[in-house]
Amino acid sequence: MDLIIDGILTALQLIASFDGEVAAVTLLSLKVSCSATFVSLVLGIPSGTLLALANFPGRRFIISMVNTGMGLPPVVVGLFVTIFLWRNGPLGFLEILYTPSAMILAQAVIATPIVTGITIASIQSLPANLKLQVLALGATRFQLVWILVREARLPLLAAVMAGFGGVISEVGASLMVGGNIKGQTRVLTTATVMETGKGNFDVAIALSLILLILAFGVNYLLTVIQQRERPR
Amino acid sequence: MKKCFVLVLLVMLLNAVSSGAAPNAVILATTTSTQDSGLLDVLIPAFEKESGYQVKTISVGSGQAMKMGEKGEADVLLVHSPDAEKKFMADGFGTGRRLVMHNDFVIVGPASDPAKIKESVSAVEALKRIAASGSLFASRGDNSGTHAKEKTLWKGAGINPEREKWYQQTGLGMGQTLNVAAEKKGYALTDRATFLALKKNLGMTILAEGDSRLLNIYHVIEINPVKWPKVNARGGRAFADFMVSGKCQEAIGRFGISTYGAPLFFPDAGRNPASLGL
Repeated sequence: MDLIIDGILTALQLIASFDGEVAAVTLLSLKVSCSATFVSLVLGIPSGTLLALANFPGRRFIISMVNTGMGLPPVVVGLFVTIFLWRNGPLGFLEILYTPSAMILAQAVIATPIVTGITIASIQSLPANLKLQVLALGATRFQLVWILVREARLPLLAAVMAGFGGVISEVGASLMVGGNIKGQTRVLTTATVMETGKGNFDVAIALSLILLILAFGVNYLLTVIQQRERPR
Repeated sequence: MKKCFVLVLLVMLLNAVSSGAAPNAVILATTTSTQDSGLLDVLIPAFEKESGYQVKTISVGSGQAMKMGEKGEADVLLVHSPDAEKKFMADGFGTGRRLVMHNDFVIVGPASDPAKIKESVSAVEALKRIAASGSLFASRGDNSGTHAKEKTLWKGAGINPEREKWYQQTGLGMGQTLNVAAEKKGYALTDRATFLALKKNLGMTILAEGDSRLLNIYHVIEINPVKWPKVNARGGRAFADFMVSGKCQEAIGRFGISTYGAPLFFPDAGRNPASLGL
């Protein structure tokens, strides 16, 4: 019990004193995970919309793959991304292994199926008549897609939250492709693992608390945006 | 508001991408003990400042570190698994291997010492007693240098613990393995540096030490760029040179004295390996 109280006190101390290293680690976590979420939105929303609206052979198969991908284990992603990014691997020429860019890549791979899957569900949950109505009013295909995505924007914000939540909290992939290098690729989750290994449980608890506060903050912001526009 | 949010994200993305690969990066693959003890936090900044290289420390077990070296995914190794290292050099994966420092392994356990290993005269006898009493033993189980040493000792004791119920392989780093052993009131083989650094939370004591077979010797190995042209041989060489330099050796000898009252590592650069009993 003392340990937990110690941890909370250390957390408050670290936050209050604005410890430079902790601040850098926190900022990097935010930077990497926001970037990865952004990439996953750019990829996931269009492909999710396409899968929800289009009709082509193999569509169900792809949707099943996306749904499976929503639970992609971060360590598996980390392993494959590492092997691909090795100097002598297929993507070695990029020279980004053990950099934040590699972490963004790995996290984007984790988040994209989540965003795609929720996008499919959101678009498909719109009333079926809406599509017919919009088409009857003479909308072009592009206008149709735009209107449907706009209509689904509230559930789509849930996709953003789920994607971000998935990547800010993962440790397996970040540890493998980032290497937890001090001042370069150390993020909150990998630092927590390391401090636990070092036996500095109070610091580890402090880092976890900062991570929770951060996740809460981002989700709170998104929830405010979402609920402001809720249909009445 | 939304546009602003997207813009912020975009800037962050570009920012993150631009801070990508550094041309002067040296990848150091090393054991968990050098990181968990805090030694590298002292040495790396000094090297970076002096040489202008940027070090990417990948802290894994010695076994995995050498695998990375074999694949040309590291430029320099700092490892402590002498037998595997000799094979590594014989296979031509390294261009140079130099003695850096040593400390020793110790067998730690609960102060109550149910297997009575404190009375044993050697490390091998201690293991025999643990096996005979069926007390829990937490092994790294990850092909690290510590694990390799432990396997040699079991072999010396003529015991194959692999399938025994009291023998638990964690597959984790040294720090976490010690946590497991402490939590389950078991025994473990650990390097002294990690143990001293973690001691405050463990509630374990050193029960067997001082045996010459418990010596823990660290070498720095430069990776052979002939096999893998992408290896940063110059950077690896610079790091290896730094590790055996007078300044670094002095820092190694001083490390830990102020915190633990005794040094965690003993500098050995330039010494004849035979003087350590190799």
